[in-house]
Amino acid sequence: MQVDPIHQFQIHNWAPLFSLGGHQISFTNSALYMFIIVGLVSLLLIGATSRRAVVPGRLQSIAEMSYEFVADTVRSSAGTEGMKFFPFVFTLFMFVLFANLIGLIPYSFTVTSQLIITVTLALLVFFLVVGYGFWRNGLHFLNLFVPKGVPKLILPAIVAIEVLSFVSRPVSHSVRLFANMLAGHITLQVFAGFVIMLGSAGILGLFGATLPFILVILLTALELLVAFLQAYVFAILTCIYLNDAIHPGH
Amino acid sequence: MDPTAAKYIGAGIACIGMGGAGVGVGIIFGNYLAAALRNPSAAQGQFGNLIFGFAITEALGIFSLLIALLLLFGL
Repeated sequence: MQVDPIHQFQIHNWAPLFSLGGHQISFTNSALYMFIIVGLVSLLLIGATSRRAVVPGRLQSIAEMSYEFVADTVRSSAGTEGMKFFPFVFTLFMFVLFANLIGLIPYSFTVTSQLIITVTLALLVFFLVVGYGFWRNGLHFLNLFVPKGVPKLILPAIVAIEVLSFVSRPVSHSVRLFANMLAGHITLQVFAGFVIMLGSAGILGLFGATLPFILVILLTALELLVAFLQAYVFAILTCIYLNDAIHPGH
Repeated sequence: MDPTAAKYIGAGIACIGMGGAGVGVGIIFGNYLAAALRNPSAAQGQFGNLIFGFAITEALGIFSLLIALLLLFGL
């Protein structure tokens, strides 16, 4: 019995809606899961903060802890001035976190394992940084590429490297999340495939199948950590990039 | 050589770069742990820097993974 580890990432067109410039726009399973994520996040945060007890209950604690956690991250890496971007970073964090966590449920779909989704989010951050940087600092934003105290002789090379590293930010920002999710889910699926293949091979195989089965459980725990860590990395990198737009001098 | 075979070999070679990123991430977490055990009270304040360094180091490994993925599915 063969298991295809790539099958889980397929996008299915469920309801074709309309066509735009020759491209078919459809309601897909990816879109459905994004609606579920937004609904769940809204339900959690609105439901948890609607009663606002002085001594928080379980739900309210979750909402307050995630708020405090992201607020601390923004304040420590982008400064108090960066707090005006707190709603943006909080939205990104909750969306990515819930997308990663929902993707861990068997037979569900991981939205963040699609490159198009993560690239869209990363480009949103990138253009926000560039736009806000120029809007706030004018041409002083370009100081970002000219580090202070560098000898004149090697300055052109340094500027070239700085520009290159700035331009490659959305690539690494998006592919990091995408590759982590993709690789993790493929690994889980491959080990689950071992369980099925060994389990269908008779009584001796059944004993052999326990080892990959234990590994699948351990890997799921690891993926839970990765899901949270990648959401945090995505949020903190957004903060650091925004910090460059707010304070462009090195 | 068969172009498809060359593609697969190239993808495999590109993935070697991820080993370097693995070493780098190990050094970062190892040094963080060593420093955190020396001065536990300062450890919490450096957690953001830890994750930032981890992300920047991991990015280089991801670039080689990207080359491998491009070779396998893109080009």
